[in-house]
Amino acid sequence: MNLTGFAARKAIAAVITIFAILCVNFIIFRIAPGDPVRMMFKDPRVSAKALELQRQKFGIDKPLSGQFLAYMKQLSRGDLGISFWQKRPVTEVIAERIPATLALVLTALVIAVVLGVALGAIAGWRNGTKLDTFLLTASLTMYSIPTFALGIILLLVFAYFLSIFPLGGIATPASGFEGFEYIKDVAWHMFLPCFSIILWYIGEYVLLTRSSMMDVLGQDYIATARGKGIKEFRVLKNHALRNALLPVVTLTGINIGFAIAGVIEAETVFSWPGAGRLVYDAVVKRDYPLLQGVFLLFAVSVVLANLFIDLIYGFIDPRIKVGAK
Amino acid sequence: MALLEVENLKLHFFTRQGAAKAVDGVSFNIEPNETFGLIGESGCGKTTTALAIIRLIKPPGRIVYGAIRFDNKDIVSASDEEMRLLRGKKIAIVRQEAQNALNPVMTIGKQIIEAILQHENVSKETAWTRARNQLDLVGINGNRVKAYPHEFSGGMKQRAMVAIATACNPKFLILDEPTTGLDVIVQRQLLELINNLKQKLNLTAILISHDLSVVAETCDKVAVMYAGKIVEQGDTVSMYQNPQHPYSQALIGAFPSLKGEKKKLKSIPGAPPRLILPPKGCRFEPRCDFAMKACKSEEPLDREKDDHVVACHLIN
Amino acid sequence: MKKLLSLLKNVHQFFHLLVGHSMGRIGAFLIALVLIAAVFAPYLGTVDPQASGKREDILNAPSTRHWLGTDDLGRDVWSQIIFGSRVSLAIGLITAFVTVVTGTLIGLIAGYYGGLIEEVLVRIVDFFMMLPVLPLMIILAAVLGPNLWNIILVISVVSWPTTARVVRSQVLSIKERPFVEAARCIGAGNVRLMFAEIMPNVLPLMFAQAVLMITYAIYDEAILAFLGLGDPTRISWGSMLHFAFESGVMARSPWWIGPPIAGIIVLIVGFSLLGTAVTDVLTPQYKEAKGL
Repeated sequence: MNLTGFAARKAIAAVITIFAILCVNFIIFRIAPGDPVRMMFKDPRVSAKALELQRQKFGIDKPLSGQFLAYMKQLSRGDLGISFWQKRPVTEVIAERIPATLALVLTALVIAVVLGVALGAIAGWRNGTKLDTFLLTASLTMYSIPTFALGIILLLVFAYFLSIFPLGGIATPASGFEGFEYIKDVAWHMFLPCFSIILWYIGEYVLLTRSSMMDVLGQDYIATARGKGIKEFRVLKNHALRNALLPVVTLTGINIGFAIAGVIEAETVFSWPGAGRLVYDAVVKRDYPLLQGVFLLFAVSVVLANLFIDLIYGFIDPRIKVGAK
Repeated sequence: MALLEVENLKLHFFTRQGAAKAVDGVSFNIEPNETFGLIGESGCGKTTTALAIIRLIKPPGRIVYGAIRFDNKDIVSASDEEMRLLRGKKIAIVRQEAQNALNPVMTIGKQIIEAILQHENVSKETAWTRARNQLDLVGINGNRVKAYPHEFSGGMKQRAMVAIATACNPKFLILDEPTTGLDVIVQRQLLELINNLKQKLNLTAILISHDLSVVAETCDKVAVMYAGKIVEQGDTVSMYQNPQHPYSQALIGAFPSLKGEKKKLKSIPGAPPRLILPPKGCRFEPRCDFAMKACKSEEPLDREKDDHVVACHLIN
Repeated sequence: MKKLLSLLKNVHQFFHLLVGHSMGRIGAFLIALVLIAAVFAPYLGTVDPQASGKREDILNAPSTRHWLGTDDLGRDVWSQIIFGSRVSLAIGLITAFVTVVTGTLIGLIAGYYGGLIEEVLVRIVDFFMMLPVLPLMIILAAVLGPNLWNIILVISVVSWPTTARVVRSQVLSIKERPFVEAARCIGAGNVRLMFAEIMPNVLPLMFAQAVLMITYAIYDEAILAFLGLGDPTRISWGSMLHFAFESGVMARSPWWIGPPIAGIIVLIVGFSLLGTAVTDVLTPQYKEAKGL
């Protein structure tokens, strides 16, 4: 099997998974106890007749299969429903927030992965030394602190008491900043939420890379390389790291779910106007269409991100690129 | 003058339970262009000795006594950097066919030129040409330089290892159980290859194996190791025809022969001693058919008999 | 009978090694702190944690009457912390139990039977692992309603796939071992093979997974409560943070914020360290390295 066959297989699997997610999304909201329409319109002043109309509109009076078809048709038109809270199409609400989340997540991930892998590789290489123990303990600790708890601590210490950073939001309101000034302002606002996400992630990547490195350093080909008289640094770079990174890439896919959790937590604590914060808002406001829409967004993102990572992996592992015998 | 001199080498592994005396006073010399065989059962210290020559022993192992001289250069006290310069360039090692002896994400060619470029000042093109030649040399089509290890069979991988090891024309080659784990036909191919290369490249080599037939085919001199010591050494033919030490006799006698009369398979009862607290006298004494009183209390010293060097009280 | 004795001996050795492990000791100590608080809560908590205080009792800094001060309803923070430990610990342990049992069952069945059953189960497990954990929990919790048992259910639903996958791959390798074949030869049926022969060998892994799941469960409960999805009838550390965050006076009452955060971190770190110790002790080389 070569690379295109591999890619095709993964792409098809992704499509099937997305379909399954759509089904799950549908089911979850139908299993809710109680009348979904009554849930949506909690105001007792709404008349029974109006409720009946709503039921018809949402197709709840039809059998389940009918509802499902209606749901799929709606989705294929790109319609995710209307948000109760904002009285606007859900797609609009979400689309507005995506850039903020992307900015936060991508910055955090890039920094965390680069630092985490580098530190983890060093820890693995220097296994057993004081440096390794230090990095290991620090990482385990960072890994154990929930992002939202860390966020609250950072918020209190650095924003309230020390006033070094803003208390929340993405930019100083009514500042009139433009261009570069604006970017600096956003960056200043982004620092703390980014930091709270990064810390957990670095811990995770150090642990991952370290153990992968330790596995690799015990392999025979490392001894072969040293037996050829290759300089130690090259052995580490070309032989150890190249192989140690493979499982790390795979595990990155699985970790994306955690990145999303981190983003939701950080955005909530720091009032960062992204898609993560929408989750909190939707829960508090009991805005089910919005909640459903955001869930869909995140779930599909995970699938796509995993697909992307699988493809990258196929490219960097020669056993897949060239095909096993 | 000998290319490699090993004199009373002692190498211990320091574990929590004590020091395991894996190599305990081993001495031998290897002349240029000679192939020296080291045989013995698992755990006797032969691989450890070989790795000591190229100083690839990792802690908790440590050389505690003795000398190793390669081309008149002291190995035991050489610095890490000096050793690194020797490895691949002057002394090379081909290890047992381990599944993972080759880096799975690097092409075979790259792994060959890596060695060349590290030690010699040649251009990349020259290195790649030499890599192709190396593959041809070991009987693999030179066009496969861009192939990855997983595309090769077990025998091919082993031959590729030989290609990598000889890339810089080393003077000395260590072959550590090169044929173990390969099927008989592939073994034969590899042995023929080794014999060919020996002549072509003027190699001096040490070959470690527990397989007597392999050693018999390729080696000029043979040493038999037991429990960290060499019990007998001499030139191959006379060692096989006329082993003097009871262990050598049992070892060579235990090997079934395809030709000749049908004999009962003779095995050696018992097991080798634990190396942490080796016995005071001869280490083979508990399993020896000819054991005498002296064997329990005194360690036998090297004595000469019929051009063999034997460590046994029976010889006088 | 002999098997039981050897099992007991292994268990004893296991705990002996665990106690000797430095991280394990620290972890156990931290967990013990919280455990004591939970078990002796009625004696350690000074007042009913739900009792709101009088007007002048609102948001008091720590004093001799209220050791950790009061919250925005005048409730005693110290008592909330003590009683809150019960919720965190209980949810952590129960959820982990449910998760590990479910995950192991599925892993055993998938690994043992193979074929179509395995294919289907593996696909389901893989699918679940793809779904983003927090959004899924939030949706389920929002839809099912805020209730202690729902929380346990929600976290379990999200966590069992990890255990199932890990157990299955262990089962796959154990199933090939000679003793399983031997048992089959003397006529052991499928169920007996799975539970009497294979499962005992999976127990160490289950234990390691259980500890891991406890850390996840505690984290998940904390975040769900923080987002307002916890059981409103019970005080948990996460819900304390929720009220503090919502109140808007978070910055002026660090005594309200600090303790629950500290509690959560202590508990998670404790179980994490214990988990590391457990994984280490269960590695085959560990016993040799310790000279046994």
